[in-house]
Amino acid sequence: MELIPTRDGFGKELVELGKVNDKIVVLSGDLEDATRAEYFKHEFPDRFFNLGISEQDLVGTAAGLSLMGFIPFATSFAVFLTNRAYDMLRLDICYNKCNVKVVCSHTGVTVGEDGASAQCLEDLALMRVLPEMIVICPVDALEARKATRAITEYVGPTYMRTSRAPFPVITKEEDPFVIGQANIMREGKDVTLIGCGILVSECLQAAEILKKEGIEVRVVNMHTIKPIDVKMILDSAKKTGAIVSAEEHQVHGGLGSAIAEVLAKNYPIPLEMIAVQDTFGETGNPQQLLEKYGLKDKNIVEAARKVIKRKKG
Amino acid sequence: MVNSKTVDIDALKVKARQFRREILEILHAAGSGHPGGSLSAVEILISLYEYKMNYRPQEPQWEERDRLIISKGHATAGIYVVLANYGYFPKEELKNYRKFGSMLQGHAYKQVPGIEFSTGSLGHGLAVANGIALGAKMLGKNFKVYCLLGDGEIQEGSIWEAAMSAGHRKLDNLCAIVDYNKVQENGPTNEIKNLEPLSEKWKSFGWQTTEVIGHNFGVLMRALDEFERIKDKPYVIIAHTIKGKGVSFMEGEAKWHGKAPNAEQLQQALQELDNSDK
Repeated sequence: MELIPTRDGFGKELVELGKVNDKIVVLSGDLEDATRAEYFKHEFPDRFFNLGISEQDLVGTAAGLSLMGFIPFATSFAVFLTNRAYDMLRLDICYNKCNVKVVCSHTGVTVGEDGASAQCLEDLALMRVLPEMIVICPVDALEARKATRAITEYVGPTYMRTSRAPFPVITKEEDPFVIGQANIMREGKDVTLIGCGILVSECLQAAEILKKEGIEVRVVNMHTIKPIDVKMILDSAKKTGAIVSAEEHQVHGGLGSAIAEVLAKNYPIPLEMIAVQDTFGETGNPQQLLEKYGLKDKNIVEAARKVIKRKKG
Repeated sequence: MVNSKTVDIDALKVKARQFRREILEILHAAGSGHPGGSLSAVEILISLYEYKMNYRPQEPQWEERDRLIISKGHATAGIYVVLANYGYFPKEELKNYRKFGSMLQGHAYKQVPGIEFSTGSLGHGLAVANGIALGAKMLGKNFKVYCLLGDGEIQEGSIWEAAMSAGHRKLDNLCAIVDYNKVQENGPTNEIKNLEPLSEKWKSFGWQTTEVIGHNFGVLMRALDEFERIKDKPYVIIAHTIKGKGVSFMEGEAKWHGKAPNAEQLQQALQELDNSDK
């Protein structure tokens, strides 16, 4: 199985799109080498703007460019762009409904050795609470390419998170990517594991382990956190009666919370959430950190057993 | 020769007085809003719309128009009165200022014809203006971009990020105007976070700067004319103004930053404007 960071998928696709769409412009906060926005910079230097270490400037400038009919990609690390420039994302991009694509790398604990200050664990929560913003977390580099294309066609404020660490490529070229439509990766009737990003791979591994215990598992790749795929969640709830959510993100406010909102309002069933339990990250390599923060297949297996027990009948 | 419009300055002074009346009336009718920073910007706005800017009020999206970003987005009493008077929307709408369901939202709102961008949280407009200016250059457009800033507003670091960018990228199609009325919500700017030496700051960021009395039409227009002659640098006009200009009990007063006049105060203010000879 190939291992490719999703930031690479994004960076490469942006170049392909730039070749056919001269409205695309790309902005960075001096991190284009790390976010892979630099691929675009090398091909189209006249359409690339490094705003330096100034995220608020970056977002405001992107808004202004969008008023001139461009499709700006505002790129940086998630911790910097979503936190520091939040008022600009809120007011300039969302309230003004600017067609700006905010694409941030270095999300989750798999950022690794840089540690807590660089590991963004709150971006899904922050972005999904903003009106007008759609929120996407591609599962692998191949999906990241499709997602980049999809968000370019979509008109409106967009947030997409990408990874620094290599993710297993688990999708195929022919798999569809439609904003707001989750994909079933594996079918089963006893429990549903709904994940995003690298946690989907962990869910698939967990499913294999559970199968040996006679537990049939549905695995869903919920790449769009907003608008959340309500149909998929309710279908899974009705068919399997128990759900485990899994994300490289804080437990408060991310994918798990979004799923909980849908279930509580429509079809309450037991839900367990695999996520970072309200702590900051730390220095380590991606695997060490996934282990430490309970984001591995074995944690998902344990959660699945627990949630099945909680099922009534 | 750039702009040889002949201007009747006395007529503009009459207009300024009339706009001040309307600003106070709509603030009173709304029961809330920002008189201080609206009244201080009147001559600046008239100079732009009467004399300098290229625009079509019946066609607010005309592609070749000059753009004005109201970064000090709370000064809506001022800008909405100006836009209505210059034909962007019917004056009857002004009585609905800050009323539930009205397009005349409390802070600058993009749905109002003539408002380019919704603002209201300070420190946002200059980067947005930069983006428009950059985009204009990329598309080979010749229109100008103006950005009206408050002085308290430029305590926001984001303004200086944008100022650095404009200087670095030599955005000579960009003119910022600082409504330097020296007073912010809770006191004088020089007591809260001193901005001086202000002109030197902008210069050091790569801007061409000028300072004018912001209530003097002649010098404002000359300063705006100067904009055409500047190459390879953005331009800032630091307009020394008086917060609450035109109403004796409001002038220079922090407490009139964000409070609407009651009926009695309105009458007193209107009387003063009627009696004034400036």
